[in-house]
Amino acid sequence: MSWTEDQPIVSLKDVHKSFGEVKVLRGVSMDIQKGEVICIIGPSGSGKSTLIRCINALNDIQSGSITVEGIEVSDPKLDKLALRKKVGMVFQQYNLFPHRTVLQNVMMAPIKVLGQNKAEVEQRARDLIRKVRLEGKEDAYPGELSGGQQQRVAIARSLAMSPDVMLFDEVTAALDPETVKEVLNTIKDLAADGMTCILVTHEMGFAREIADCVYFTDRGVIVESGPPATFFDQATDPRTREFLSQVL
Amino acid sequence: MAWTHSQTPPVKGHLPVLLPLRSMPQGLPLQDRLFNVWTASILVLALAAALITPAFAQDATPGRSAFAILLEWTPTLAKGFGFNVLISILSMAIGTVLGVGLGILQVSPLRPVRQVAWVITQFFRNSPWLVLLFYCILLIPFQIEVFGTKIPFPGWVKAVIGLSLPVMAYMSEYMRGAILSIPTGQWESAESLGFSRGQTLREIILPQTIKRVLPSWMNLYAVLTMATPLVSIVGVNDVMALTRAALSAEGRVDLLIPMYLYILCWFFLYCYPISALTRWLERKYSVKL
Repeated sequence: MSWTEDQPIVSLKDVHKSFGEVKVLRGVSMDIQKGEVICIIGPSGSGKSTLIRCINALNDIQSGSITVEGIEVSDPKLDKLALRKKVGMVFQQYNLFPHRTVLQNVMMAPIKVLGQNKAEVEQRARDLIRKVRLEGKEDAYPGELSGGQQQRVAIARSLAMSPDVMLFDEVTAALDPETVKEVLNTIKDLAADGMTCILVTHEMGFAREIADCVYFTDRGVIVESGPPATFFDQATDPRTREFLSQVL
Repeated sequence: MAWTHSQTPPVKGHLPVLLPLRSMPQGLPLQDRLFNVWTASILVLALAAALITPAFAQDATPGRSAFAILLEWTPTLAKGFGFNVLISILSMAIGTVLGVGLGILQVSPLRPVRQVAWVITQFFRNSPWLVLLFYCILLIPFQIEVFGTKIPFPGWVKAVIGLSLPVMAYMSEYMRGAILSIPTGQWESAESLGFSRGQTLREIILPQTIKRVLPSWMNLYAVLTMATPLVSIVGVNDVMALTRAALSAEGRVDLLIPMYLYILCWFFLYCYPISALTRWLERKYSVKL
């Protein structure tokens, strides 16, 4: 199946996922267009993280379908490498490789996985490090950086693979309040450059500011979605309103 | 601390009960750890014992002093001890290579592979070293013919293989533990960057296990070295066998204790720095992961 840019870049249809007896996703559908910024919010345990982990096949699904640029993610014969070239992911706990420097962290995957030329990758890596405003930290080890700095390295590392879609799984949840902003600004820059971003977040103000569409999940289903202006001010579902009244 | 229980706390809510029970010992530099008052006193005691014991017995047996005899045999015993060291290094090298491989197989995603590796590990980890040595001596032929060339297997080579088996098993367990102790986030982020399982192990997981395994590995080496005298039982001319030969050549009962004490000192001098270094490394790495 070939994919064209007018079709959704990421498409979920009636996705079901359970861990043993626990049903985490119970029929989730969403279409995301290229260049869109999507924020997924909801109470803990509502399946937000599982949802985006399914998009890059870190978790498998029981039924339904997920496609990324026409690649069927739930296909048992899925070419995982082809998928992961298109989808980048940033985690709550940064997960940088502690035995490698910032520059090496960013350079590793393109060299080892894609077999790209080392000099070219290094040039691109240095540009990316500058882009996330960490120039001068190239030779530092992750342990020497603050949480916010580590998270920005993680973003640069993911961008080095030149993905078309970026997944952010509560990337500011482990950060000090004052460093949250620097990470959010980096994501904002990315979104402004036209990167398709799917974020699971608890930063309501940020979601309102940056998202093209906000999804509210509860107990494995999407309860409500819409552009932030209408979503935050005119939520219709009582569950959404209760959640918003608690977090806003 | 600048204040005691009787004084009022400088900060409200700063209670003595919240203080650590006792402060952590200051980290000493390595050389101070090796050569401190305890090491020195143990050495002095050992040397004194070695000298005094024969002095008491000397009245009964005329002739050369025990000290002179020890000195005379030292070159021969040193050669034997060198052999022990050689055996320990070779066994460690073979056991480490096999053990790392076996440890990796123990975390294989394939269940049968995992199970076989587990069984092998458990079998050799729970076997007496001496019995393993006997088995190797008896089972391995004295030479093997490969493409017309005869490769001899003298007793000491068999002993090296025999001792490398438990080393392999312990190493396998250390590796398994170390690999499993790496946070799963490392696997996940590597996976999301497109690394294959093999690449993830090679590039990301294994380099991080080295620090965690190193202290146990060194400790294992010290234990192995102290176990090398076992090879004398299966007919290898190590320091123990040579000591026995020396004792029977001299034929003096009063030499028994000083001679063996002398050998003990050698092992102590070789192994103690290793275990001290191990403890130092453990402390160094225990703070940061």
